[in-house]
Amino acid sequence: MSGDPWIWIGAILTLMIFSFLYKDNPFYKFGEHLFVGVANGYYIVYYWQNALKPNLFEPLSAGQFIYIVPLLLGLMYFARFIPRIAWVVRIPIGFTIGWGAGLSIPALFQADVLRQLEGTVVTPATFSNPASGIWAVIILVGVVCTLIYFFFSKEHKGILGHTSRIGIIFIMIGFGASFGYTVMARVSLLIGRIQFLLGPWLGLID
Amino acid sequence: MKRKIPLALCFIMGISMIVQFFIPHPASLEFSSVIYKWIIVLMAFALVLAIGNLIRHHGNKIHRRKEDWQYSIVTLAGMVAMATIGLAWGIDPDSLYQRIYLNVMAPLGGTMFALLAYYMASAAYRSFRARSLEATLLLLSAFIVMIGFMPFGQYLHPRFPAFAEWIMKVPNMASQRGILLGVAFGSIATALKIILGIERSWLGGKE
Repeated sequence: MSGDPWIWIGAILTLMIFSFLYKDNPFYKFGEHLFVGVANGYYIVYYWQNALKPNLFEPLSAGQFIYIVPLLLGLMYFARFIPRIAWVVRIPIGFTIGWGAGLSIPALFQADVLRQLEGTVVTPATFSNPASGIWAVIILVGVVCTLIYFFFSKEHKGILGHTSRIGIIFIMIGFGASFGYTVMARVSLLIGRIQFLLGPWLGLID
Repeated sequence: MKRKIPLALCFIMGISMIVQFFIPHPASLEFSSVIYKWIIVLMAFALVLAIGNLIRHHGNKIHRRKEDWQYSIVTLAGMVAMATIGLAWGIDPDSLYQRIYLNVMAPLGGTMFALLAYYMASAAYRSFRARSLEATLLLLSAFIVMIGFMPFGQYLHPRFPAFAEWIMKVPNMASQRGILLGVAFGSIATALKIILGIERSWLGGKE
């Protein structure tokens, strides 16, 4: 067994959370509430060290007074507590939303549209290896049929009905695979916790 | 004014971020970098607001002695302790702050997500039924991927892991790509509607 008090703290907290598998109980609630508190404390420090200090207070103290603008915009968030000027909170929100929307349009077009189309298009070079050529054709058919399944401007009848039917087959295989993959990711976390309990804490495995 | 100023600001910011993307000039890149720093600052202020709400919520719970109020003390004490330790003694790799992160926050978070393995498996057991072709395909692909990524899959059949890999890389990739393209077009349309002031729900309220 470990003699390190930190390992013991980690192990006891792990067991507190696992106790939920039996039923909701005070140990689980303690662990859950402690997690919320510690996580918030962590992010307070994180944002102070990585956001406010280098991006606001250091430039301001270096005489870059343009940084008064984000300071004022940030302070406007607190206007929501004063009913008479509560609308002022929309200014920083509008600034942030406009920035996000503007930035996302070219980024999405480049990464999620052009790159994905580039990966889907089948060219003669794709058939340099026959097997990968066939898989590329299957991917192309799958992408087109999936897109047709989500095309609701016309009734899914005739050719549209058949292709959307193939589309749903691809979607179902994709959802199943994603589900299986997510479960496996969680299982690997579970294995990690069990390894921690049996290894560093109890010393039963290396 | 209460709606026009925020809408105008949203429009100006949106258009300038689109335009700067197509101008790879140092001045444009500098503008983008400065605005990004401002946005980080705004996010930090939004966090202050969120922390204030958390303190108010748990403070009220303790003050009114609501059910399970004792746990609210744990939340507030944990938050104050972690924040004080980090702000007072720093965040160096061997600091107390990092030790608490590694030995308190990481085990709690990791175990919570690990619990989901059990609940996802139990929910799947109760809800997955091979009633139709679609449901059967979903069930089969989930089963093949799960078994294929375990060492056990190799013992069932030597080519089982390769088959699971193929499912991930071919049919799964095709459907994910189709969905991703749809989501991208939807997101671009929504972003345009926000910039042009057609979508205004973010303004909230009536005034």
